[in-house]
Amino acid sequence: MQSTRRDFIVGVFVVIGLGAIAYLSLQTGGVSYTGPRGFELVATFDEIGGLTARAPVVISGVKVGQVTDIVLDEDLRARVMLDVRDDLELSIDTSASIRTSGLLGNQFIALEPGGEIDMLVNGDDLDFTESALNLEALIGAFVHGSTEDD
Amino acid sequence: MSNPVSDLGRQTLGFVSALGNITRFGSDVVRNLFRPPPRIARTIEAIYDLGFLSLVLIATSGFAVGAVLGLQGYTTLVRFGAEQSLGAVVGLSLIRELGPVLTGLLVTGRAGSSVAAEIGAMVATEQLDGLRMMSVNPIHFVVLPKAVAMTLVMPLLSAIFIVCAIYGGYIVGVELLGLDGGAYIASLEDSVDFREDIVGSVLKAWIFGMIIGLISTHRGYTSAPNAAGVSRATTSTVVIGSVTILFSDYFITALWGV
Repeated sequence: MQSTRRDFIVGVFVVIGLGAIAYLSLQTGGVSYTGPRGFELVATFDEIGGLTARAPVVISGVKVGQVTDIVLDEDLRARVMLDVRDDLELSIDTSASIRTSGLLGNQFIALEPGGEIDMLVNGDDLDFTESALNLEALIGAFVHGSTEDD
Repeated sequence: MSNPVSDLGRQTLGFVSALGNITRFGSDVVRNLFRPPPRIARTIEAIYDLGFLSLVLIATSGFAVGAVLGLQGYTTLVRFGAEQSLGAVVGLSLIRELGPVLTGLLVTGRAGSSVAAEIGAMVATEQLDGLRMMSVNPIHFVVLPKAVAMTLVMPLLSAIFIVCAIYGGYIVGVELLGLDGGAYIASLEDSVDFREDIVGSVLKAWIFGMIIGLISTHRGYTSAPNAAGVSRATTSTVVIGSVTILFSDYFITALWGV
C-alpha cells in the first residue's frame, strides 16, 4: 500500500523531469524543425554579414523556415541553403534579402514572392538576392561621397 | 618532527591515497551494478527521497535564479539597446552552465548530505556489520541504490530547474519590465541548439549526479563509527562535492565545449 503510493509519486516525478527535458529539446532546442523537412531552396549572396545557420526565413514577417547551411561556392560567393515549408507556392521570381531585426538584432532572410506563373520546386536557386546591409561600407561611402562634393 | 617538506609529502600521499580509495569504491559500486538481484524497490525509494523530495527546492530556486537573471540581464542589455535578446541570454546561460551546476550544488546540500549522514549513522550503529553478518553485501544493498538514484535524478532535476528558471525570467522580463513576450521566447528558441546545448546540459547534469552519488556514499561508508564521524562525513560531502562539481564543470566545458 505504502510502496504503491510511493511508486506512483516517483512515476509522477520522472514524468515531470522527462517532460522538462522534452520541453527544452522540442520547444527551445528546435528539434521538431529537423523532423518533417520542407523543401530546399538555394540563394547566393555577395555578402551575408552575420547570417548564421538556423536563422529564420520569413515572408511578410511570418516565419516559414530556416537557414540550414552556408557554404562558399566556386565563385567565392556565399551559398545559403534554406529549408522552407512545402505547402507554400512561391513563384520562380521570388527574391531573397538579408535583413536585420532592429539595429543590433539577429539577421534573417526575407522572401518576397514575385508575379510569375511558374512555381519554385525543391532544390531550385533563387535568382534575385539582396545582400546584407554593410554599415561600414555605407558609412564609408557617405563620408567619401561628402568629401567629393566639397 | 615536522618540516614543511615532509608535510607536503604527507599531504600529497594522503591526497593520492584518497583518490585511489574513492576510485576503488567506485569500481566496487559499478561491479555490484551487474550483480543480481536488482534492488529496484530500494532504488525507487531512493529516487523518492533524493529526487521527489528535492523537487520543491529545485523549482523555487530555479524560479528565483531565473528572475534574478532576467533582472540583471535586462539592466545590462538595455544599455546596448539589446534587451530583445534577453531570452537568449537567460536561456543559454541557464542551459549551458547555471542549470546543471546550481542544481548540482543544491542537490549536494539537500540530498548528498542526507545520504552521507544516513550511511554514516548506519556505520556508527553497526548496521552495515549486521548486514555483512547476514551475508548481505552493504554496497549492493545500501550504497548502490542511492548512487544509482542520484545519477538518474540529476538530469531530471536539472531540466526542471532550467524550465522553472526560464519561466522566472519570463515573468520578470515580460510581465514586470514590459518586454515583448514573443521576442523573449523567439530569441530563446533561435539561439538554443539541441545537439550543442541541450544534450550537453543533460550530459553535464548526469556526470554531476554520478559525482555526487559517489562522493556522498563514499564519505558515509568510510566515516568513523561515532557521532563526530557522521558530522564530518556530512560536512566533507558538501565541501568536496561542491568543489568537485565546480572544477569538473570547467573541465567538461573545456574538453567538450558544452
